[in-house]
Amino acid sequence: MSDYLAVTDDDLDVMLRAIGVASFDDLLDAIPEEIRMKGALDLPAGRTEQDVMRHLADLARRNTSCDDETSFLGGGMYDHYVPALVDAIVSRSEFLTPYTPYQPEISQGGLQVMFEYQTAICELTGLDISNASVYEGPSAVAAAAYMAWGQNHRPEYVVSEALHPHAKATLRTTAHGWGGRVVEVPLRDGVTSADDLAAAVGPGTGAVIVQQPNFLGAVEDLRSLSDAAHRAGAVMVASCDPIALSLLATPGECGVDIAVGEGQPLGNRLDFGGPSFGFLAATSAFTRRMPGRIAGQTTDADGRRGFVLTLQTREQHIRREKATSNICTAQALNALAGVLHLAWLGREGFVGLGELLARRTHYAREQLCAIPGVTPLHTRPVVREFAVELDGDVNAVIAHCQQAHGINPGHALAADFPGHPNGLLVAVTEQRTKADIDALVRAVRSALGATVGEVAV
Amino acid sequence: MAEGHYPEDLKYHREHDWVRVEGDEAVFGITWYAQDALGEVVYFDAPDIDAAVEGDAPYAELESVKAVSDVYAPLTGTVVALNDAVKESPGLVNSDPYGDGWLLRVRMSDQSQLDGLMDAAAYTAYLDGLS
Amino acid sequence: MPASTGNPMQDEAVVTIYERSRPGRAAYVAPPPDVPDVPLDDILPPALRRATPARLPQVSEPEIVRHYVRLSKRNFDLDSGFYPLGSCTMKHNPKLHERAAALPGHSRLHPLQNDTHTQGALELMFNLQHALAEVSGLPHVSLQPSAGSHGELAGVLLTRAYHEARGDAREIILTPDTAHGTNPATVTMAGYTVVNVGTAPDGGVDLDDLRAKISDRVACLMLTNPSTLGLFDSNITEIARVVHDAGATLYYDGANLNAVMGLCRPGDMGFDIVHFNLHKSFTQPHGGGGPGAGPIAVSDRIAPFLPVPVVARDQDGTFRLDHDRPQSIGRLRGFHGNYGVFVRSYAYICSLGAEGLRRASQVAVLNANYLKALMARPGIGEHLPVAYDRHCMHEFVLSGGPMKRNLGIRTLDLAKRMLDYGYHPPTVYFPQLVDESLLVEPTETETRETLEGFADAIAEILAEAAVDPDVARNAPYTTPVRRLDEAAAARNPVVRQPMD
Repeated sequence: MSDYLAVTDDDLDVMLRAIGVASFDDLLDAIPEEIRMKGALDLPAGRTEQDVMRHLADLARRNTSCDDETSFLGGGMYDHYVPALVDAIVSRSEFLTPYTPYQPEISQGGLQVMFEYQTAICELTGLDISNASVYEGPSAVAAAAYMAWGQNHRPEYVVSEALHPHAKATLRTTAHGWGGRVVEVPLRDGVTSADDLAAAVGPGTGAVIVQQPNFLGAVEDLRSLSDAAHRAGAVMVASCDPIALSLLATPGECGVDIAVGEGQPLGNRLDFGGPSFGFLAATSAFTRRMPGRIAGQTTDADGRRGFVLTLQTREQHIRREKATSNICTAQALNALAGVLHLAWLGREGFVGLGELLARRTHYAREQLCAIPGVTPLHTRPVVREFAVELDGDVNAVIAHCQQAHGINPGHALAADFPGHPNGLLVAVTEQRTKADIDALVRAVRSALGATVGEVAV
Repeated sequence: MAEGHYPEDLKYHREHDWVRVEGDEAVFGITWYAQDALGEVVYFDAPDIDAAVEGDAPYAELESVKAVSDVYAPLTGTVVALNDAVKESPGLVNSDPYGDGWLLRVRMSDQSQLDGLMDAAAYTAYLDGLS
Repeated sequence: MPASTGNPMQDEAVVTIYERSRPGRAAYVAPPPDVPDVPLDDILPPALRRATPARLPQVSEPEIVRHYVRLSKRNFDLDSGFYPLGSCTMKHNPKLHERAAALPGHSRLHPLQNDTHTQGALELMFNLQHALAEVSGLPHVSLQPSAGSHGELAGVLLTRAYHEARGDAREIILTPDTAHGTNPATVTMAGYTVVNVGTAPDGGVDLDDLRAKISDRVACLMLTNPSTLGLFDSNITEIARVVHDAGATLYYDGANLNAVMGLCRPGDMGFDIVHFNLHKSFTQPHGGGGPGAGPIAVSDRIAPFLPVPVVARDQDGTFRLDHDRPQSIGRLRGFHGNYGVFVRSYAYICSLGAEGLRRASQVAVLNANYLKALMARPGIGEHLPVAYDRHCMHEFVLSGGPMKRNLGIRTLDLAKRMLDYGYHPPTVYFPQLVDESLLVEPTETETRETLEGFADAIAEILAEAAVDPDVARNAPYTTPVRRLDEAAAARNPVVRQPMD
């Protein structure tokens, strides 16, 4: 058993004597007898390091990862290439093992990374202020709603039907606490209609929340949606894909007040859904309503440039029940991975990546929809993801593609969009080449042929 | 200013606020003791002009780096002026709490409330009791 | 810049990655185009596109690596030195965990992959659920919450769901006045009002005050045991009885679970809901402020309301994500929780086993009491007395009040001087109940020599202050920067790199 302890029998003697007790149990005199554990925990005995590694490798082998098949899964997390320098830097002890930077003089590295991260998020979103990250995407949506609640105390959150299902669910759960409720605006040809939105908002609307591109991959007209929200006096929130912001009009340009999003596509592993980071940026009007940590620039006693956590009176450790959020720390290491990825891509590379994705995704949609039995679920512009409807059982198609072709064609939409029982959401990253896309098309054609029996391969 | 001082011409509230009466108006601020306890003031979250403030109730917040403090109104009245200089340079509350660090000016609704406040001697004795 | 200090780190100009940017430099090489090169305007109309590119840095790969490696050297970290930060449990982070979590079967697994293709991951989560249930003595677990504060929110929302399901509207949640700030902040987010319960002279909950404040309007009492003072509350079963008699739930903030693993269990104490900090007790590296994970365990009466999904095992031994829980409060985040954290914490539990977990808590308590004893020695004890003079659990509180009066230095000064001695200071000014407090948590993975060296350093700093208090007042001297002007940062916030 590895227990990482160092105490020897001699140590124990010396220490107990110094403390002034005869045995270790004397230290536990405050724990009443009736609640002390009499037996051992019902857990397996400890193991050696190599045994534990073997066990975890065995478990890993029983998963089908993106190394084991050609995956077109998306729906909030994407198999982008993570550059090697990300692994090298985030695995450094100096970034991996410190706590939150409570002592800024010995945390300048982490604090400067936060400052650089905040700058990157402001650049991506076109907004004034970013915090140092929150847990992940869907809870960031709930955090934005709580900011709106703090500002206007209006209990209704009007959301697009194509906000990520997990974001909608998270918002519903969280807002129920402070008495908020969620109202959904349905889609028209794949996007949120500004007219429908205008009809749904009113004086009780605290915030309007949409996703860009939306869950079905379609690019929303954020400007007109923002206008409709603002006419009702509501806060406009957009949950954005950070990679798509390489190309798309920024939330800032579109009148969005608070932009949030899932940061995983920026330099983070899939990790079966986490940890990643959520980003949260806003106009300066929300500076004192921001949740979480914010790093700021200052000088030291000798006039040197340095960084500290700032605007801390917003936070739970000072303002307690009046805090802007209960969040304590952030996702510093994941946000570092995001900054590294963005620095590696660089100003031109980031745009180039976006254009590559847009062209490959467009190609994939055209090729797939050329198959009999595949129709586009909408025809809106897309960046990295699109949705189709299959003339056949989507789960059977997925299973056939996985088993017979080693291809995961995407995510079945039925559970979250019952109106599309055979809808399929397909994501294309830069890791999926034209050859992969062509193989996907062959696999889906073959699957439809096999499952429907009417389409020749 | 290393030492606390409490001018004779002011009236004091137990939440460590001072009042300077000027005709039917009154100027509010926080005492040397309050600014010392708070530390370097970094932000003044002020009420609006024409807002009503109520005696014994908080009307604003002052923030230091690691604390937030409610500021209590010693008297009831209507805000007629704010100290914009403190909004710009909150450190004035520390450097000159009774002068340039004043917070706001109100039109008093009930001058009899002055009788419920302490003079400098009573406030100093009150502070001695706290420590 | 000031004149050279002889300290290369201090002499180095602080430059951001944006300031290193030069037009024309890049690290990334784009893949050659393979699909038809359609004009972008045809597929993504200009009206939907941004006017100007994001002003990301233009830097080469070697520059990026050097920039961030140099930044890393401006951090203090657990792998370099003693980090007795109270309530944070800065125990060793085993390197095995990083290797295991990086296996592609774990790290490159997509969260929307079908259950049939994620059996290894689901088994891992199922086993972790079981282990956490066993350690807490509460049978039902949700791994979903992302951090301790998120686990608290889950717990309070579960309390709300439990009361609402019984048609019992309640509006107050009690927290001790020693509570961590996340407790009251969470209570407000979940729509309740906070009422504080006082602390008795022995550091425990003031039972009379609790009895005075409990009523059928109280939904929950949130408690940490051992408390944020590092003390085990011997009255816990009576506290639980008072709370349950009033129909309220009892919530256990698991920040201090590292003191009691295998020794006693929150479930056996009478708690209904527990959150774990996997980044504390179960040694997920803190990452400079995240990621962590905050799973919760609950009693039978709370179980129907647990967040979805939970991992279930079917009769045939296969595992699946169970979304079909009609009374569930719903989701608190996307997907299934911080799986990468689960891998590490599960590896830790596998390594230690039942006996190892108990041994870890025992040694955590032993180390804390030994360090507390070292702090009582002449030269330290008269300046930094322990706030509550009884056996502590895994951490203890010192008061710097006498030090301030005797030597003219504050706890902040002592903490800053420790930086020059190569130590991370304890938590300072928390809990607020104790004047000039220091909360010291050595953890079980530190050696006796480390604890003794730390005590010697404190004695030296205090002796030095007796001669010249300005040494500590102006510390630190050897760090990459010296004391920073936090007031200036807050008055005039510069929270992003200005461009052009």
